[in-house]
Amino acid sequence: MSRYTATTPADLKAMLDAIGVGSVEEIFEQQIPEPVRLGRPLDLPAGLPEQDVYEHLRALAQRNVSAEDELCFLGAGMYDHYVPALVDMLMERSEFLTPYTPYQPEISQGGLQVMFEYQTAICELTALPVSNASVYEGPSAVASAGYMARLHNGRGRFVVSAGLHPHSIATLRTYAHGFGVEVVEVPLREGVTDLDAWLAAIDENTAAVFFAQPSFYGAVEDAAALSAAAKSATDKPPVVIAQVDPLTLGILAPPGDCGVDVAVGEGQSLGNRLDFGGPSFGFFAAREEFLRRMPGRIAGETTDVDGRRGFVLTLQTREQHIRRAKATSNICTSQALNALAGVVYLSWLGREGIVELGELLLARTHYALQTLDGLEGVQALHSRTQPVIREFALRLDADVAAVRERCAQHGINPGADLYALTGREQDRGGLLVAITERRTRADIDRLADVLGAAVASERQSQAVGA
Amino acid sequence: MSTPAADHGGVSEPAADHRGVSTSTTGPPSGAELSETPLQREAAVTIFERGAAGRRAFQCPALDVPEVDPHTLLAAHLRRATPPALPEVSEPEIVRHYVRLSKRNFDLDSGFYPLGSCTMKHNPRLHERVAALPGHARLHPLQDPARAQGALELMWNLERALAEISGLPHVSLQPSAGSHGELAGVLLTRAYHEQRGETRHKVLTPDTSHGTNPATVTMAGFEVVALATNPDGGIDLQDLRAKVDSDVACLMLTNPNTLGLFDPNIVEIAEIVHGVGATLYYDGANLNAVMGLSRPGDMGFDIVHFNLHKSFTQPHGGGGPGSGPIAVSERIAPYLPVPVIVRDADGRFDLEHDRLHSIGRLRGFQGNYGCFVRAYAYICSLGAEGLKDASQTAVLNANYLLARLMNETHPPVAEYLPLAYGQLCLHEFVLSGGPMKRELGLKTLDLAKRLLDHGFHPPTVYFPLLVEEALMVEPTETETRETLDAFADAIAAILREAAEDPEIARNAPYTTPVRRLDEVAAAKHPVIRQAL
Amino acid sequence: MVDASYPEDLRYPEDLLYHAEHDWARIEDGEAVLGITWFAQDALGEVVFFEPPAVGSVLSQGEPYAEVESVKAVSDVIAPLSGEIVAVNEALADNPQAINEDPYGEGWLVRVRLTDGSQSEALMDAAAYIATL
Repeated sequence: MSRYTATTPADLKAMLDAIGVGSVEEIFEQQIPEPVRLGRPLDLPAGLPEQDVYEHLRALAQRNVSAEDELCFLGAGMYDHYVPALVDMLMERSEFLTPYTPYQPEISQGGLQVMFEYQTAICELTALPVSNASVYEGPSAVASAGYMARLHNGRGRFVVSAGLHPHSIATLRTYAHGFGVEVVEVPLREGVTDLDAWLAAIDENTAAVFFAQPSFYGAVEDAAALSAAAKSATDKPPVVIAQVDPLTLGILAPPGDCGVDVAVGEGQSLGNRLDFGGPSFGFFAAREEFLRRMPGRIAGETTDVDGRRGFVLTLQTREQHIRRAKATSNICTSQALNALAGVVYLSWLGREGIVELGELLLARTHYALQTLDGLEGVQALHSRTQPVIREFALRLDADVAAVRERCAQHGINPGADLYALTGREQDRGGLLVAITERRTRADIDRLADVLGAAVASERQSQAVGA
Repeated sequence: MSTPAADHGGVSEPAADHRGVSTSTTGPPSGAELSETPLQREAAVTIFERGAAGRRAFQCPALDVPEVDPHTLLAAHLRRATPPALPEVSEPEIVRHYVRLSKRNFDLDSGFYPLGSCTMKHNPRLHERVAALPGHARLHPLQDPARAQGALELMWNLERALAEISGLPHVSLQPSAGSHGELAGVLLTRAYHEQRGETRHKVLTPDTSHGTNPATVTMAGFEVVALATNPDGGIDLQDLRAKVDSDVACLMLTNPNTLGLFDPNIVEIAEIVHGVGATLYYDGANLNAVMGLSRPGDMGFDIVHFNLHKSFTQPHGGGGPGSGPIAVSERIAPYLPVPVIVRDADGRFDLEHDRLHSIGRLRGFQGNYGCFVRAYAYICSLGAEGLKDASQTAVLNANYLLARLMNETHPPVAEYLPLAYGQLCLHEFVLSGGPMKRELGLKTLDLAKRLLDHGFHPPTVYFPLLVEEALMVEPTETETRETLDAFADAIAAILREAAEDPEIARNAPYTTPVRRLDEVAAAKHPVIRQAL
Repeated sequence: MVDASYPEDLRYPEDLLYHAEHDWARIEDGEAVLGITWFAQDALGEVVFFEPPAVGSVLSQGEPYAEVESVKAVSDVIAPLSGEIVAVNEALADNPQAINEDPYGEGWLVRVRLTDGSQSEALMDAAAYIATL
């Protein structure tokens, strides 16, 4: 008996009698062949009381430098936004935290209505008419969209902008290798997709094309132009798939208005924690024609026998558990709890809030780029006329790893090592800097001081060393 | 073709009060004496239908930098013309809306949830407390490994624990859920064969397998071949021998299987499969039966996936998040997804991204760390003895509940819902509602709906497809004997009630926030977002 | 809702030919009208969606050419004969339950121009089909 089980000796005796065996071991002996019975204790430490477990987990936490401990300018897909307290409170409620997938809709109206509201919010943000109840996260959402396109038109090629998140490209390649589709990458120019190369890459065997908005480098793509080009390149237009940053959708034209067929993305910045990379959620929205092919769960509105408004999981035939081998995906999880955080956060931001937040991000990003670009040995990686939103790339005239280490000594994480993420030659010496509403002007000024000093010191010691 | 389970019942017009005449003097209310419950009276209103223009909860931080006008920075076609129609509500409105909505949910903290193969065991609250520590919760995934040693050590320790529990030495925590772990397993198998210069096309799965297995197989570019199960619920060895050949890449199994039974031929199955050079994949959905008692690695499996949201108490969250780590044998290890956690001679941890034969990435960053924290806290809490005790108790509870249902209720439930296979079970069992349907005119669906009125979440219904009118029950180890007794009594009460008047259950539930819903209409004319 | 009182003697019309995968064919002058049988619609339950293939598509005997979807299941529709589609039942887009209510009449799926008249010899008559059920 542990603190989570309740079998007293009296219970045990009564239960064994009812079953008609002398011991629990007997039940196992009758069913598990001897050669595969373990016959020794697991080689793991003994169990601990709750308070000891707490201390151990706290000690581990203290060996991590989080955004609580340093000024964090890391981004590249996950961002240190402010999550209001009411989100945490709602996510911890038993009624949202502990139920299973809503297979019995009569007692799951809370969860199902949340899904319906979430789907509505995503459709509004993306300006696309259908959305599922969420998938795991961003990069695998991109890969799932690719698979859906493949099933839709049966063609054998994906054309991918290099502006897509490197993890999305990598995941897409892994999945595509399984179902036998070639992945071709189109280069960027000044941080956005090279339109000529894009057009040249698309042929009649292209199942889908992919780009990111904004690009991985924070630059604003001309989504409408990319979509239009893809659709007119051949007689067999591919499915246009965009990975979009949801918090920019108060400012930027939504994918549905830009000719995009499927919009997916990482939802972490909507009310979810950093959590060292997960869990979060991926959103997945598309044009009406894809409704019956979309992966994942979908909540639909209906009525009960008395005419009451209610919600159910619907179109489940698409899912793994009925179509089996013909399912449009194998996903049976929706990230329900994280999507709840997402829709609550979007309700908290509200119609005007998401625009204001977007404008604030735009202003602060612009200020940060301007300030840092002016530093000695630091310059914008791409043309300054290319608009950026929430994130941008710099080139440092010094070893990036060493500069970052110096900044860390001053309690600042200045951004991500770009070359380490993309592996592209032109990204050598690159730093990807993310700005959220938590990074104030004072923080940005401090970054400028520390980064400027770090670059200067590093250049000096490199010069001396040479 | 699978038989659809949805049945809208016979009621075609709404009534002011609740219909039927109850002849039972015990049990939950039904019939004329029942009026609408408060939750039923409260109509469903979405957050979009609340609030008013101008209300807001968000207060934007002050603009402390020079203003940038999007109109000057961005060309018109790059800009959003009208703001998205998100709600306009104050903070109290948001809180009240979602708290009230939460009360329309049944949940595990509130009641018994015996869904088969879902392992709805108690979610310790300690886990929420430790997962919320900023050192875990506010850690950016791209933080340098040197400054995330606590996180990497936690993941390393979790990997070692999962390796020990599974008997397979190499682990990846990356996959996001069970089905994601399955995809990983099949892609690993593909890589393994390709590396040896072989192209294989087929993957074998038993006809009792969860729907995820066949869908995953197709997505990974293989063809599904179904295997027959024998009358005892195990793999039909003859069928296996007939279908196994050098074009078979993998056999995907869960053991114990979806009938809750351990396949006694597992060693021989492994030999047959390995004999043609194929891999053996273990779907860990039913691990709760065998932790510390039997290990898939010792059974001969090459690849195992775990569901941290099942045996390891990650809360289900109403459908997610989950986490589906995998453990593999030596020969499969080179193909594991990247990044891989490594430890040097000084005990310092790092993330390795360059692995020559890796299948690559399955998702962003390194996986659902928040789930790792919770699962790790659980393993620390239980320890070696506690994990074994959990499985033993899970099996004890399932067999006890089964015995009560078969022998000690009035009437014996066994008469109407006999056990589908075998006599004893492991952590779950499957009953067949065939006799109940024929003799009482009650389908498994109706029994499930009436159980809602008794305050229980029903077991899984209509799975596995192999069993007529299936009811799959998994109580887990965290339930008390009293709860199991009450559940058995409730089923017996429903059967007694049905013997007198089956219409009551056919029109159940009566006491839930909404009653039976029209799933046909939802599928025919899908309405999947609020009209705005 | 499915009409459970569909008279038993009308469930498998004698003037049709049947395929083991629960599909029927009515042959008329080198063309055939195709659909699914009473057994198939009964097993599926209430049909919610059917999307016909395009006119001009080619069917192969024994191969799936479309899907019929109910709330809980989806089923392949197998072509009992090979041919080219000359007409599809557009009315099913708004009224898919015709497949349940009148599987041999209003619930017809496609009409094809046959490419191999001898294939009908491989099909069963009503009595033989009923025997397989």
